[in-house]
Amino acid sequence: MNLLQDLTFSSFMWFLSGAVVLLAVVLGFVTYAIYFERKVIGWIQLRKGPNRVGPLGLFQTVADVLKLLLKEDTIPRNADRFLFILAPVIAFVPAFVVLATIPYTSLLQFADLNVGLLYYFALSSISTIGILLGGWASNNKYSLLGGMRSAAQMISYEVPLVMSVVGVVLLSGSLSLNTIVEGQAGGFWQWNILPQFVGFIIFIIAAVSELNRTPFDLPEAESELVAGYHVEYSGFRFAFFMLAEYVYVYAIAALTTVLFLGGWHSPLPFLDFIPAIVWFILKFLSIVFFLFWIRATLPRIRVDHLMSLGWKVLLPLALVNIFVTTIVIELIKYFK
Amino acid sequence: MIRTEELLLNVGPQHPSTHGVFRIIVKLDGEVITEATPVIGYLHRGTEKLAENLTYTQVIPYTDRMDYVSAMTNNYVLCHAVETLMDLEIPERAEFLRLIVMELQRIASHLVWWGTYLLDIGAMSPFLYAFREREMIVNMFNELCGARLTYFYMRVGGVKWDAPEGWIDKVRDFIPYMREKLDEYEQLVSGNEIFLARVKGVGTYDAQSAIDFGLSGANLRSTGVKFDLRKDQPYSIYDRFDFDVPVQTAGDCYARYLVRFEEIKQSLRILEQAVEQFPEDGQIMAKVPRVIRPPEGEVYTRIESPRGEIGCHIVSKKKPQPYRLKFRRPSFVNLQILPKLLVGETMTNLVTILGGIDIVLGEVDG
Repeated sequence: MNLLQDLTFSSFMWFLSGAVVLLAVVLGFVTYAIYFERKVIGWIQLRKGPNRVGPLGLFQTVADVLKLLLKEDTIPRNADRFLFILAPVIAFVPAFVVLATIPYTSLLQFADLNVGLLYYFALSSISTIGILLGGWASNNKYSLLGGMRSAAQMISYEVPLVMSVVGVVLLSGSLSLNTIVEGQAGGFWQWNILPQFVGFIIFIIAAVSELNRTPFDLPEAESELVAGYHVEYSGFRFAFFMLAEYVYVYAIAALTTVLFLGGWHSPLPFLDFIPAIVWFILKFLSIVFFLFWIRATLPRIRVDHLMSLGWKVLLPLALVNIFVTTIVIELIKYFK
Repeated sequence: MIRTEELLLNVGPQHPSTHGVFRIIVKLDGEVITEATPVIGYLHRGTEKLAENLTYTQVIPYTDRMDYVSAMTNNYVLCHAVETLMDLEIPERAEFLRLIVMELQRIASHLVWWGTYLLDIGAMSPFLYAFREREMIVNMFNELCGARLTYFYMRVGGVKWDAPEGWIDKVRDFIPYMREKLDEYEQLVSGNEIFLARVKGVGTYDAQSAIDFGLSGANLRSTGVKFDLRKDQPYSIYDRFDFDVPVQTAGDCYARYLVRFEEIKQSLRILEQAVEQFPEDGQIMAKVPRVIRPPEGEVYTRIESPRGEIGCHIVSKKKPQPYRLKFRRPSFVNLQILPKLLVGETMTNLVTILGGIDIVLGEVDG
């Protein structure tokens, strides 16, 4: 549209400062998500978790990041230098870019794209290339195996992930995340999780797999591939991979909230007086907790089972879900 | 030109899942293993040769360091061999103490296996739960003999230390506690879909090949062969207790898992009876000369360690030192079947199968 004409200096400054604030929020989230994850898993495993650096160990992650910054940055002699340096950036940048479309409340959103959902999936799959490149460029056999696994895994799970949300799109009739949330107003019985329960389950499984988290952490399967694709990475390049992983935790938790849990809407109408952002954060955090919780509980799935689960179970289920949703929507229209 | 190449991958000796310093060189076609060559010896200390210059009592600490996860049974096999050669009568109380520590050790050893096996499979928490329970056993051993890993508890003719006051009650209290925790373990792991998919039908072999390879312990019993030296050739006072030998027929990793899991329960049963019958007082050492000089001759004794049949062969020339000492080390023998099992499996299954055999590198390398 007339974006360039509308872009005055003041609006540019607004966007810039907004982006900086978002960056700060996301980095703050990552810092404390790592802390929280270690605490939660510590509690589940009868340990104390980090408790030495700062009060209650709150500065543990800060110290870890500082340590990574100060580490010697090594590049293996036989590595493909250019790709080796490029890979963490490719893995990391899309993780941040997808956050632009997440609507936190009806007002707090950076870009209300009419294809927001598509934008999210299109960009997030670029990260896979970063991981694959990292595995390849390291010139290490374990990294290569990890990279191969991650490519196979992400392709297999991208498809059911996208298919699982088609039901939601059909219900709300839009790809815009804002419209999808608007369609879920008026109490928890309006949320997409109820009519789209199958879609929700498929989405969560596929999302965990996209995140490369337990039980789908095959690309970095510690007990088999030592550390998988980032075996050779050290210092801040390694931190970039870690950062990308946790930013995706943020993104997926936010997306799940938006798509299935009614976004910023309160579960019961009489609770509307509580600010919308509080509801969003509560739902968001429960998804984050769920992701950490299963990490402490489940063993790792095997790579060939992972493939058959993706292609033979999740994808057909997602297709059936689309089919049933369409029929029900049409029937309702017909009887009205 | 696009072509595929076989990948030669060196796994270990520094690798998180090789349980120490085991090394295996695998040829990979994609992720499928076409050839596997184990390389051992990184922890070789020459125990058997060293023993030729040591008195019998001095050899016992070396047995601690062979299978360091199950030091008590190793202590026992050496003492038992010397005692058999000398035809010694062991006091009742000492026999009971030995039996109780060996069964506690079996539980501790299986707990270590259980925890690390699930760690290999990718579940982190069970490891810490297992070590919580193991810690209690280790603390009991600590009270008994002052050590937590290499106990040096048994001597030829009995045991070194008597049970401190209240120790037997601690063992008694531990039994119901452990049973309760085993139920928890079962809930958490044994029925987990992902876990079952990982271990069922993986690393399968039949009874004949198990016997051909000389496997023992849970590796043998998982194929349907009911062979447990505690029952088939009772040593110590095992014939006085009522317990079952768990057997599975599938011969896969899941069968081995179930056998070991059930063995913990059976050990608890033995402990329960042993604690009830524990003699109030009595000697803990038989009358043994200061310098142990077994009569000239040979002896081979074998017992059931948590990992299988551990044997000790002594050739004595009526000297304080053995002329030749040979251990049949179950981990070493059980490991033989590994290259055969690995061909055609994936990298992921390598970890599952290797973990399922339950090796301790101190014992493999001797």
